[in-house]
Amino acid sequence: MSKVTTMSEAIGRLVADGASVAIEGFTHLICHAAGHEIIRQGRRDLTLCRLTPDIVADQMVAAGTVSRLVFSWLGNPGVGSLHAIRRRIEQADPAPLEIEEYSHFGMVGRYTAGAAGLPFFPLRSYEHSDLPRANPRIVPLPSPYGDDSVYAVPPLNPDVAIVHVQRASAEGDAQAWGLLGCQKEAAFAARRVIVVCEEVVPESVIRADPNRTLIPNMIVDAVVQAPGGCHPSFVQGYYDRDNPFYLDWDGISRDPAALEAWLQEWVYGLADHAEYRARLGAERWAALAPGEAWAPPVNYGSYR
Amino acid sequence: MNWTANEIMVVAAARRLAGERVCFVGIGLPNLACSLAQRTVEPSLELVYESGAVGARPQRLPISIGDPCLVSGARSVTSQFDLFAFYLQGGRVDVAFLGAAQIDRRGSINTTTIGPYERPKVRLPGSGGACEIALNAAKVFVIVPQSPRSFVSRLDFVTSPGHVPGRRARGGGPDTVVTQLGVYRFVEGEMTLVSLHPGATLEQVQAASGWEVAVASDLVETPPPTAAELADLRALDPQRVYLG
Repeated sequence: MSKVTTMSEAIGRLVADGASVAIEGFTHLICHAAGHEIIRQGRRDLTLCRLTPDIVADQMVAAGTVSRLVFSWLGNPGVGSLHAIRRRIEQADPAPLEIEEYSHFGMVGRYTAGAAGLPFFPLRSYEHSDLPRANPRIVPLPSPYGDDSVYAVPPLNPDVAIVHVQRASAEGDAQAWGLLGCQKEAAFAARRVIVVCEEVVPESVIRADPNRTLIPNMIVDAVVQAPGGCHPSFVQGYYDRDNPFYLDWDGISRDPAALEAWLQEWVYGLADHAEYRARLGAERWAALAPGEAWAPPVNYGSYR
Repeated sequence: MNWTANEIMVVAAARRLAGERVCFVGIGLPNLACSLAQRTVEPSLELVYESGAVGARPQRLPISIGDPCLVSGARSVTSQFDLFAFYLQGGRVDVAFLGAAQIDRRGSINTTTIGPYERPKVRLPGSGGACEIALNAAKVFVIVPQSPRSFVSRLDFVTSPGHVPGRRARGGGPDTVVTQLGVYRFVEGEMTLVSLHPGATLEQVQAASGWEVAVASDLVETPPPTAAELADLRALDPQRVYLG
């Protein structure tokens, strides 16, 4: 059964006010198109779960959709700060922002416990760090098997996970390559999953290379085709990271008026991501096109 | 002197990578130090990135730790679970680089907040993978510009623990700190100046530190960057994105 739908329908149906939403992707495969649609639909009071809240998080926070962040690293990678988020945290401007903070492995462990139905995830981080004092949900735990101890972090089960991939079948089998982040862990941990893809491919393409399937259709609720949907993040083999945009964002987000104007021009003023893609222009997209580096095919064998 | 502060920091860090095998790399100056080491003292150094790229062989200067150039041609690309669980916590990382907004005499690092956590004066990025790196990597290298604001007697927040009393971590903790003034190593857990860069003085070191800095009895002068080191380094960052 096809689950292909529009971004507008998927967000409208699956992301409710007050929901916890994981938009994952580590530098790679960050679905800005979904973040923009959430802003456009005026969602409120969301908990955004994400290892590395970056530009899309700054935009969602600035637009007033997010009241709480669950995260492990907060910044504009390679550039500096997220100024809308900093204004919220440092000056409660225009409102306070609730935060729940871990380390990267703590966040990965939280999704893993959530996906595997475990009451906690044990890890060797945090001893002598101030993080457990800042976040009492990080708890020391003695080993049941002798003189050793670990720290526990609680499971994370977001209401919705949004994961971007290179290609998916209409049924929702999603294949990705390159940096995988914790897309799989977040998807299995979530109650609902939206797969966003560059291309919808026939099921035969998926079945020809099953090792590449990161997320199986059985946990997927919607499939949205949004080519270019990660910009200014990137999709390995499809388009490069738009590094100048990350630099530009620093100036935009320092100035609340400039940020609001950006949202008006690039989010509220556009009907959907296809318009965003067109507005960006052919020249910009051409500059982001990578060269080619194909992997040779492998022989799975035919067993009849 | 025909080199900059950033250049001598990168050169000094790269030299310390001789004999190391698996290096957990950060973007910016650490990335340049590792790439320089591959071209000079340690050609077989394997670069591992927090994003999951293992044995990366970037063909351009990576602009983020998740740059697509780290994927194409890598030995392996893993999930972040595999990276943190098997590579880092499993004890497979020999050296890892950390940055610091504040560092203390025990090598503990703050990258979380300036001012109190609940109402920070400056909200910094937080741990990322730094907390687990500090506890699990065999050695930690730190490249940090030294000033009274960064070398402090007391951290506002301990993100990544150094040689704190009672430390039981499997990883060896901070090993080397490189600043624009010199190179420090740890003697019984105390950050100790072992090498002073050409032109730097002990007075400058003390003026740029929030505590009385220990100085090794066999303090040496850092050998100046060679012409070959500088040529290799400048070729790695021709637009001086990180070298400045």
